[in-house]
Amino acid sequence: MSIRHALLALLSEGPKYGLQLRQEFEERTGEVWPLNVGQVYTTLQRLERDGLVESDGTADEGPQKGFRITADGEGELAAWLRTPPDLSLPPRDELVIKILVAWRVPGVDVHEVIQVHRRYLVELMQQWTRLKEDEAQFDLGFALAVDAELFRLDSVVRWLDTADGRLKRAASEPLTPVSPAMPRLRRRVGVRR
Amino acid sequence: MSFLELLHVSKIYGEGQNQVQAIQDVSLSVAAGELVAVMGPSGSGKSTLLTIAGTLEEPTSGQVLVGGAAVSKMSRADKARLRRRTFGYVFQDFNLLPGLTAVENVCLPLELDGLTARKARAIGLQALDELELTEQAERFPDELSGGERQRVAIARAVVGDRRLVLADEPSGALDSVNGEAVMRMLVTAGHRGVATVVVTHDAQLASWADRVVFIRDGRIVDQTTPPASPESLLQPGTQPGPGR
Repeated sequence: MSIRHALLALLSEGPKYGLQLRQEFEERTGEVWPLNVGQVYTTLQRLERDGLVESDGTADEGPQKGFRITADGEGELAAWLRTPPDLSLPPRDELVIKILVAWRVPGVDVHEVIQVHRRYLVELMQQWTRLKEDEAQFDLGFALAVDAELFRLDSVVRWLDTADGRLKRAASEPLTPVSPAMPRLRRRVGVRR
Repeated sequence: MSFLELLHVSKIYGEGQNQVQAIQDVSLSVAAGELVAVMGPSGSGKSTLLTIAGTLEEPTSGQVLVGGAAVSKMSRADKARLRRRTFGYVFQDFNLLPGLTAVENVCLPLELDGLTARKARAIGLQALDELELTEQAERFPDELSGGERQRVAIARAVVGDRRLVLADEPSGALDSVNGEAVMRMLVTAGHRGVATVVVTHDAQLASWADRVVFIRDGRIVDQTTPPASPESLLQPGTQPGPGR
């Protein structure tokens, strides 16, 4: 997560002191994404240099120095919120590679390998769900982050389920020849042949 | 002590060439207050497991024990009483009776069990109230949203002195917010000591369970170990992956 944009988001609620920004930053991101708090002050200096925030101009650089967001800063924040992160290329997914490899290794039951990973993922999901169980214990931001994690893990379980079914069907049918489109896709998912 | 126990249960449908083994040598025990999810794809035998556990079908071989008593040794009347009084069922398609209001649907099993209409109604209203369905009590099923219908179905399954709830894909086609509400209700029932078996293909629903049992081709192939403290999730770098 970008510290720069997190600070702009905090300042979009109104002017804040440096110390206050540091504390709120820790509170809101620390639980899910622990980050280096030391960077907060350096980032504030850079934001001011770039004209995205203004300080109250007093000479002392202490924790009582106040900051506010500028119009340019608001524009930058709004643009960042709407810029999709790069999800277009599949990442080099270690689990996908393991299953693709397991399927070819003699003496390895790919379904058993899939189940090992499925159980691990479901156990992780159980832990995240425990955190959700007592709603009163955490705030809305945390709930959203936990949901995101659960959906991410769920999608991996669903992929494993689909792979399980697909491999089972394929085992009862003869192999089809590899189509010319395959090598390119292979490179994209990061499998070396 | 386990409230529900399946011992080496198998079920075969059909005969000869058309014989289908739905479940094979399944053993499963569920303690009072425990929520167990049985997770598997369609056709894996998970619904058969549930109907046998609920005494709606008899196993071809193996034993089902409820509170330590063998179901096979019970009379028809005993089994019927068990289904009326001790078990609660939740099915994907809700199974609410369209001619009855929400509260009438909820207190129907109590009335069938011989409670006076007035007493049954009071208990039914209280169950709906606990599930924040007070306003829906006098509505008919077709006047309720899908999520409300399913919550009423769950109220009916947990009303009175139920000891075991059996749920087949209890969130059906509901969105994840309603699915979560359904699972929260089952978790709450568990805190009161109700044993619950949920069969589902959905990992997010299953993750509400104390234990997840995986079923494939009619056999239980694996189950989760008791989850570690969730606090470890909040300290990055401390989670071991499988076989790393």
